[in-house]
Amino acid sequence: MLNSVQLYPEKSNDELLSLLKEMWTIRFFDEKVDEFFAKGMIHGTTHLCVGQEVTATGPCAVIKEEDKITSTHRGHGHCIAKGADINRMMAELFGRSTGYCKGKGGSMHIADVEKGNLGANGIVGGGIPLATGAALTSKMKQKDEVILSYFGDGAANEGSFHESLNIASIWNLPVIFICENNQYGMSGSVKEMVNIEHIADRATAYGIPGKVVDGNDLIEVMNETHEAVKHARDGKGPVLIEAKTYRWKGHSKSDARKYRTREEEQAWKEADGIKRFRDLLISEEIVTEEAADNLRKEAKQEVEDAVKYAEDSPEPSIDTLMEDVYA
Amino acid sequence: MRELTYVEALREMMSQEMRENENVFLMGEDIGVYGGAFGVTRGMIEEFGPERVRNTPISEAGITGSAIGSALTGMQPIVELQFSDFITIAMDQLANQAAKLRYMYGGKGNVPMVLRTPAGSGTGAAAQHSQSLEAWVAHIPGLKVVQPSTAYDAKGLLKAAIDDPNPVIFYEHKLLYKTSSEDVPEEPYSIPLGQADVKREGEDVTIIATTVMVHRALEAAKSLAEEGISVEVIDPRSIVPLDEETIIQSVIKTNRVVVAHEAVKRGGYGGEIASMITESEAFDFLDAPVKRLGASPVPVPYNPELEKAMTPQTEDLIRAVKDTLNRE
Repeated sequence: MLNSVQLYPEKSNDELLSLLKEMWTIRFFDEKVDEFFAKGMIHGTTHLCVGQEVTATGPCAVIKEEDKITSTHRGHGHCIAKGADINRMMAELFGRSTGYCKGKGGSMHIADVEKGNLGANGIVGGGIPLATGAALTSKMKQKDEVILSYFGDGAANEGSFHESLNIASIWNLPVIFICENNQYGMSGSVKEMVNIEHIADRATAYGIPGKVVDGNDLIEVMNETHEAVKHARDGKGPVLIEAKTYRWKGHSKSDARKYRTREEEQAWKEADGIKRFRDLLISEEIVTEEAADNLRKEAKQEVEDAVKYAEDSPEPSIDTLMEDVYA
Repeated sequence: MRELTYVEALREMMSQEMRENENVFLMGEDIGVYGGAFGVTRGMIEEFGPERVRNTPISEAGITGSAIGSALTGMQPIVELQFSDFITIAMDQLANQAAKLRYMYGGKGNVPMVLRTPAGSGTGAAAQHSQSLEAWVAHIPGLKVVQPSTAYDAKGLLKAAIDDPNPVIFYEHKLLYKTSSEDVPEEPYSIPLGQADVKREGEDVTIIATTVMVHRALEAAKSLAEEGISVEVIDPRSIVPLDEETIIQSVIKTNRVVVAHEAVKRGGYGGEIASMITESEAFDFLDAPVKRLGASPVPVPYNPELEKAMTPQTEDLIRAVKDTLNRE
């Protein structure tokens, strides 16, 4: 338990440590993917969420197992946070038959519908209406489920954002819209593309609560999401949360990052949310530096194991090409 | 047997399904007390209430996407898109989400939804409310595409569409809403998707026609019969899946074929049907080139005479049949 800060709901020391480890897993997973793309070991493209681990882990840590999420093209972290098996994720990136999508989806389409991950999405803003619809199911079937809809600052300028927030509001649907404002939609700075300081301010236009949180502060992200989830579960309708964060890497593998400075990148890296949470747990004497290092190594090893699993997995049979177009 | 209009048949089928299956519900613009732009859902909100007959904002992408999300999580939504031209606004959700989710997710997850929407010209609604864009959606693997031409077919095909575990685009035709079938059973029945119907048997020429064009083909067949020309009229009823076998067998029998639809001829689905015939064993039986009829490549004009001139009429079908027979 934490003493210097209040966390809602409270988590045991083991739970806090598993959150720290999960964020490292997300980071190492994407760093490994980055390395493989650089070496040409994985084809296609990918979008890495290095630097955005807190906004993946925090919200998923305060929902129930039966609650659902929709994710984005930058979705590896969301997947891991919602409980995905990194072996099957890595296998999917390798295009193998043991992957989540049997090698047919790749990085941008990992889903685990049974576990409540309704899927990453290659269309910016494409998942927001899906989350709204899943929330409609929850309401109509009185399931008491809450849906987290992840999207970025770029998606907030899509029509699907507007239509969905309005529909969710008028129908009082249990959906939390989580805008991971990582400052750029590909090369488009949020300062160029939006004429307001906070995307969360748009909540006012739909008559729903809007909150801005520090996306590098796990405690704040969890507390605010917890509040929002409670609001939605109590039948009070949707909430828009904007988490200010930063993607450390480029938009995708071919990005030379000409639209921003290395100094700006460095400043955000110094605000690293994983390090911040690790330091908090050490200062609270929940973990020693040594134990934290061990946890970090474990996470790294598990990613290595996932790579091994993927490499050892078979390619899909060509016979599966036409499977699963129709049910 | 009971006479029922196309509108009544659709409404009856939706109501019967909703009484039996609590997962089925409706979403759309003005489908509540207004009863829908063409009156299809009239009286339904009174029976089923606003939770299951959900009157929506004017948000085609949002409605369609919400339907997909609800279908993915266990509901069976029926979306009414007020005019099929508005599918442009819903297209990302249909083409990139509904059609692909199952495949992209490696077979996990179904999208059992129906999107009902009126197409076609003939009402003077002009260029943005009169198109027939079924070829767009037929091109996308993952969607099914249905086009009933009669009240009887509308009821049975709608049941099959609702029961189908895949996203189905269900094209209604504005000119057909008030037409009746004399033999619509009251109890629910299903017409399998991918099963064409021979609307009239004949020996000399086959006309493959969809939706409103089926009726013009039947008129043409009647008129041609007086001249001793026997025409077979086949209505595919769904273009995805397409009942290739019924078409091929008919062409093998008649040796001549006209493919007719209201959609613009260029890039229309008739081209696909024509190619399918020439790639099949029916090719060796053809005594004349496959003839295609479709609309002129222009936006649908407002003036009634211009509008009529754009789309194939009964006389055009008669002429096309005679062309394939080398007769004046």
